[in-house]
Amino acid sequence: MSQSYREILKNGVWTQNTGFVALLGLCPLLATSNSVVNGLGLGLATTLVLLLSNVAISLIRNLVRPEVRIPVFVMVIACVVTAVELAMHAFLPGLYTVLGIFIPLIVTNCCVIGRAEAFAFKNGVAKSAVDGMATGLGFTLALVLLGALREILGQGTLFGQAELLFGEAGRGLTLHVLDDYRGFLLAILPPGAFIGLGCLIAIKNVLDAHAKRRAAAKPAVALQEVQA
Amino acid sequence: MTPLRSMGIAALILTGFATVGTVLVAVTYTSTKDIIAEAQRAALEASLNQLVPADRYDNRVVEDQIEVVAPEWLGTDEPVAVYRARKNGQPVALFATPTAPDGYSGPIQLLVGVYADGALAGVRVLAHKETPGLGDGIDEKRSPWILAFAGKSLENPWPDAWKVKKDGGVFDQFTGATITPRAVVKATRKFLDYVRTHREQLFAVPPTAKGQLS
Repeated sequence: MSQSYREILKNGVWTQNTGFVALLGLCPLLATSNSVVNGLGLGLATTLVLLLSNVAISLIRNLVRPEVRIPVFVMVIACVVTAVELAMHAFLPGLYTVLGIFIPLIVTNCCVIGRAEAFAFKNGVAKSAVDGMATGLGFTLALVLLGALREILGQGTLFGQAELLFGEAGRGLTLHVLDDYRGFLLAILPPGAFIGLGCLIAIKNVLDAHAKRRAAAKPAVALQEVQA
Repeated sequence: MTPLRSMGIAALILTGFATVGTVLVAVTYTSTKDIIAEAQRAALEASLNQLVPADRYDNRVVEDQIEVVAPEWLGTDEPVAVYRARKNGQPVALFATPTAPDGYSGPIQLLVGVYADGALAGVRVLAHKETPGLGDGIDEKRSPWILAFAGKSLENPWPDAWKVKKDGGVFDQFTGATITPRAVVKATRKFLDYVRTHREQLFAVPPTAKGQLS
């Protein structure tokens, strides 16, 4: 059941995407995706936590006996999240204020302990690191797409408040996509998050179904040509 | 292996990981503690300087701090931090974070600056849960409404006019949201009352003193 790096990446980012397919970590996904910058910030923090916790758990997988593995996972993840939280508070205070409670809440994101149990505990360090990265990037992708959708519809901008993430240089990144836009409140409020996520999942399913049909159609076409 | 022995090993493993984890967190905490404190100080200083320009005072406002408990005036039972700005030792302005307890969806936390002569340096909203699109106009990022407080005092307008227009006062309300601005106006006025009756004490108490000013 060993997977290639390519498969790990593809599973994490697309096929088994935490946000769109596994639907794990919905609470932070829905709550912080009201703008691209917030989504990107939480996504990158979660990716860092996933990477570090997967590597740590893969390193210690031969030391830990199966019956105490879950408490050990919880401790490892809690330590990593606390360290990441303190580092963000120290070096990105603006973003830390915006994301607030959702940074410490990464600890409760089931995709972190899920990857620890399902992947890192059974695989080597390098593969676990790639898996953590891929899962995190998949989650970040979901957050950024949903954040972009809600920010454009809700405020008519993209990358608003980018200075929180990139410092003063980011101030110029803000794009006013729609000029003189009055704002669409629903997109910013929680219902907008649910509706937006639903639409994105639908789009992903359409894309997947399309890809499947094309893959299935190819041999069929070849067969018809032969018969003709 | 006896069950007791296997339990012992499991406990040892857990203890080991708990120890390593605690050490890691402790190391991160001590190495980021000063940076975090500095970042918080800088953020506070930046928001204070929005109200009172930095060249108006020459002390370290963030360190010239006292805590007071005055529920009737400051809207909260918790101790409220008061910062004092001075120039050449003379009082210039006071800052505090009173709470407007009667917002539409819970308390609104304000930052209010008052010059020593009783005029408002300005008001800002630090934290609120008001309805987006309606009550959140009190937030400076959403609307310039809150800027109208700068320069006002208990003499201008007269105390009776410290209300929103709907109640016969001089302050605008928002369409569809009266409760939120009403709460902010009331809390600001109460803080001005508090400063008027306690000004000497507020400037005289030595820094970091805690307790109740009577």
